[in-house]
Amino acid sequence: MDFNLTKQQEMVRTTVRAFATDIVAPKAAEVDANDRFPVETVELMAKYGMLGIPFPTEYEGAGGDTLSYIITVEELSRACATTGVIVSAHTSLCINPIYQFGTPEQKAKYLPDLCAGRKLGAFGLTEPNAGTDAAGQQTVAELVDGKWILNGSKVFITNGGYADVFVVFAMTDKSKGVKGITAFIVEKEFKGFSIGKTEHKLGIRGSSTTELIFENCEVPAENLLGTVGKGFSIAMQTLDGGRIGIAAQALGIAQGAFDEAIKYSKERKQFGKPISKNQGLQWMMADMKVRLEAARHLVYHAACLKDEKKPFGTEAAMAKLYAAEAAMYITEKAVQIHGGYGYTREYPVERMMRDAKITEIYEGTSEVQRMVIAGSILK
Amino acid sequence: MNIIVCVKQVPDTAEVRIDPVKKTLIRDGVPSIINPDDKNALEAALKIKDADKDVKITVVCMGPPPAEVALREALAMGADEAYLVSGREYGGSDTWATSNIISEAIKYIGNYDIVFCGRQAIDGDTAQVGPQIAERLDLPQITYVQDIKMDGDKITVQRALEDGYQVISVKTPCLLTCIKELNEPRYASIPGIYTAYQKEVKVLSQNELNIPADRIGLTSSPTNVHDTFTAETKGAGVVLTGSEKEVSVALVENLKAKHVI
Repeated sequence: MDFNLTKQQEMVRTTVRAFATDIVAPKAAEVDANDRFPVETVELMAKYGMLGIPFPTEYEGAGGDTLSYIITVEELSRACATTGVIVSAHTSLCINPIYQFGTPEQKAKYLPDLCAGRKLGAFGLTEPNAGTDAAGQQTVAELVDGKWILNGSKVFITNGGYADVFVVFAMTDKSKGVKGITAFIVEKEFKGFSIGKTEHKLGIRGSSTTELIFENCEVPAENLLGTVGKGFSIAMQTLDGGRIGIAAQALGIAQGAFDEAIKYSKERKQFGKPISKNQGLQWMMADMKVRLEAARHLVYHAACLKDEKKPFGTEAAMAKLYAAEAAMYITEKAVQIHGGYGYTREYPVERMMRDAKITEIYEGTSEVQRMVIAGSILK
Repeated sequence: MNIIVCVKQVPDTAEVRIDPVKKTLIRDGVPSIINPDDKNALEAALKIKDADKDVKITVVCMGPPPAEVALREALAMGADEAYLVSGREYGGSDTWATSNIISEAIKYIGNYDIVFCGRQAIDGDTAQVGPQIAERLDLPQITYVQDIKMDGDKITVQRALEDGYQVISVKTPCLLTCIKELNEPRYASIPGIYTAYQKEVKVLSQNELNIPADRIGLTSSPTNVHDTFTAETKGAGVVLTGSEKEVSVALVENLKAKHVI
């Protein structure tokens, strides 16, 4: 294991950091305040090839690796967690399952537009009664006259209102339980498909989180992803990869809040000296730094394992669990270091604290990550 | 059309400090970047290429081997070829010697229609190398370019002045030095970064250029740096007190006295 970044990875970091500093950060507060999906930033990210980083150039991907993608999500999230999750959900949850499980025809049809960012992707697994218990799918799919007919709904779908392509899961045989779940590629124009209500959230408020509604939605037979009954396995493998993306988002939020806290502690004077001179705060900052670096090691390690094509599911769960809890801890301390100002929108740390919370919840709650980790220990 | 863009790798002066004893730049931990004006020069070339895919952009950088990173970044932004002009013999060159070396490198590469340079580098701030290269190559030159219009082999540019600009037309081949008002440089693209590292950065050393020793390096340089220091911060300034009207009148008088207004 070697965390010496390659020259390409170093340049990815420098480039995305500059992009995030110049373009993303100045909008972060406004995007949050207005619940605004930053369409123009997504267009720019497409232009600079940030929407298909770990996929081959034959599909118009960047030809990069998982670690470069992870560094990109981290650097974007350092400035704006909304922007980070748009890239993470699109890349990990939509492009990746099509790339991993799609037929050559499906890959040729969907990957170039998705990797080049001409189209945006999303993933539909969660339902009102199937959250952590994803196996409890109530959306059903029936094969009628050579077409799959989907009925049901999905909730909390990231990128929902702006995505063109959705990887969606539905029950094709209830009697088989998780082995009766099948994955489909659904386009937003398909008959019977619509977007339901948009959620108003505590954090990542610029991210579009919506319901998906399927009313006799017609999906061509060739849009079945993988094979019938393999949907749950596809979902779980997809989420393994997605967790590294969310872990990187958490890491970025934590780094952003840490940087703000250090800067503020050096500028803010009380009792005639910067508050950074107080040992109480110094110890707080040391604890923040340790958690930040520990999170980074876990996240990069999981990404490296994926790049080396080694098993990474447990490491991704550990990375996501730790980075999310570190982000919550660090952002909360960053607000504390800012005192009263930290509680206001004059400084970005209150937004970062609100943004951090979701990383403990989506793509598997912290409790689910503990279940995954314990399961791997006790198997 | 073939375009050559000269770039320099410089320390990011926003973060650089000067060692008060040794009088040298403290470069430890200071990131190196492409000189900002040179990025504007590269962007100008890339814009011409955006409009005409047959344009070929070659970037040239003189510096030690680590300066290769600047060339890789230029390739990642969209340049086609890169040359690193590098050799121990070139170390310590002043602007006169540097322009001797870079102009020989450009002659070696050959076949150019436009040579783009940045106005000046943020580490040396001389603004001499671009014009000197034009002289060595016997090219017409326009400095401080803030706008470019292409029309075949005719280029019409705005040359910035302190309180306005000149409109000047020139035929290729020519050399233009660019300022930040010219454009907003693009970022490297992520796919471009991976492609950039698959390309070859050709190294031009004395083996290839074979420039007479009395035209290169520290000992042949006619100018030398005698001292480097951080300017002392100015005093606290003058605080005007009184009613709004009194302060306003006093402010105007002060500014008039200093010929500001």
